[in-house]
Amino acid sequence: MSALSLRIQIDGETISVPAGISVAAAIARLPRAFRRSVSGQARAPFCGMGICFECRVRIDGVAQQRACMVPVRDGMQVATDG
Amino acid sequence: MAEHYDVVIVGAGPAGLAATEAALANGARVACLDAHANLGGQVWRKDSAHGWPRRARRIINTLLAHPAMTWLPQTQVIAADAGELLLQDEKHALHISHNALIIATGARELLLPFPGWTLPGVTGAAGLQALSKQGWPLTGRRVAIAGSGPLLLAAAVTARRHGARVLGIYEQASEAAVRDFARTLWRWPGKAWQAAMLRSQLADIPYRCGSVVTRAKGDGALQSIDIDGPHGTQRLECDQLAVGYGLVPNVELAQMLGCALRQEGAHPCVNVDALQRTDKSGVYAAGEACGIGGRECAWFEGRIAGLAATGASVGATLLKQQQHARAFAATLHQHFKLDPYVHNLAMPDTLICRCEDVPLRALDGYDDARSAKLATRCGMGACQGRICGTALAELGRFARSGQRPPLFPARLSTLGEISSLSDTEGFVS
Ligand code: FES
Repeated sequence: MSALSLRIQIDGETISVPAGISVAAAIARLPRAFRRSVSGQARAPFCGMGICFECRVRIDGVAQQRACMVPVRDGMQVATDG
Repeated sequence: MAEHYDVVIVGAGPAGLAATEAALANGARVACLDAHANLGGQVWRKDSAHGWPRRARRIINTLLAHPAMTWLPQTQVIAADAGELLLQDEKHALHISHNALIIATGARELLLPFPGWTLPGVTGAAGLQALSKQGWPLTGRRVAIAGSGPLLLAAAVTARRHGARVLGIYEQASEAAVRDFARTLWRWPGKAWQAAMLRSQLADIPYRCGSVVTRAKGDGALQSIDIDGPHGTQRLECDQLAVGYGLVPNVELAQMLGCALRQEGAHPCVNVDALQRTDKSGVYAAGEACGIGGRECAWFEGRIAGLAATGASVGATLLKQQQHARAFAATLHQHFKLDPYVHNLAMPDTLICRCEDVPLRALDGYDDARSAKLATRCGMGACQGRICGTALAELGRFARSGQRPPLFPARLSTLGEISSLSDTEGFVS
């Protein structure tokens, strides 16, 4: 396991995560959905490789980012709409 | 001003890396870009806990240290034109130009709809492998792996390495087909060894052939699955289902460039000659984009493309190796051919388009992607039909519609740059 640990905020909650993991993997450490579909269903990462867009969240104010494609950075602010 | 390179390579998996290595060796100035943050693609994806596989690490470190190599991470092609690309990275839009372009965009997973496939906890099989390597928490989680092909074994090994409790592997192909496949492996000693290694690591995990996951159930997240097998239906409680039915070439970039495609089964792949040339001058394609052939095949084809794109001669041995690797893929397709049963798992109310929540029922009566999209919004969401369009093609409903820019949802500031490509013809309609 990577020893380096970073702090990021997910929906206002601060968590410590190992460096090198994706935002998707960081969010999965908390009990929450990634997003709601257009008809209100809870959704979570599906393809894991940037194709399905089921994992999209807001990162540092930029909406519609695929959480499975972005590595965590120290101080990152993530907002889900789950 | 557009930065100019002798060779631009899109995709940093085995094909892209082999192409990069060959082009650099011939003295070219090379840019290699990938949508992911690290080189390696899917099969050589960097594991956040364990790093790259040894061979990949050696190759990648050598390439990154090469002075004539520019690595553009988290970068996607938004629009393309003869000799020029509009790219977008995490922050900026940028133009680059090239003498030769090598498309090494790889493959994605074939993900087919069934009741419950939208529940959190259900992922692709390669999908779960990718997520595990990203640090997805799996310790103690009960994981079922299903779908088709040897990739299921690799997914099981990765999940287990990350602490998952793998309950079983459910392969749709019959036991006879899988046994026949194993018998052909002597022709590819490397593959036979790989298969044996995987099986020995998974010796205590049930491997059930002729078995298909027909339903996933749960209240807001996955709780159980139904598996239809030779001995009837079984219910299995699990936290995670990884289900994938093989791979599909990523042809969107080639399609946007107007390269000729050919059909391989229900899905298009890029048509190339023996030197990996597409029908567009200066545009090459290699690896999975040219038809699913596996990692070795991708490596050989990337190397051929990198040599050809820099005007070097391509040896007969290399061409032979490539053909032998392609023959393996043909055997694989034949033995793991999808049972029509898996095409008919979706119920009328099963959502097909996950972006716009369009159920199968709504698509009845449409026989082309375009009219279905206009009437139901199917394929209109963020994934641009990559999931539903591919599934519908596989199900025999209709082919996916063509690709227009932007290739991926782009920032508005990037879209503004499209008109500044030297010739926008072909982008408008
Ligand atoms: S999980 Fe599919 S795009 Fe991220």
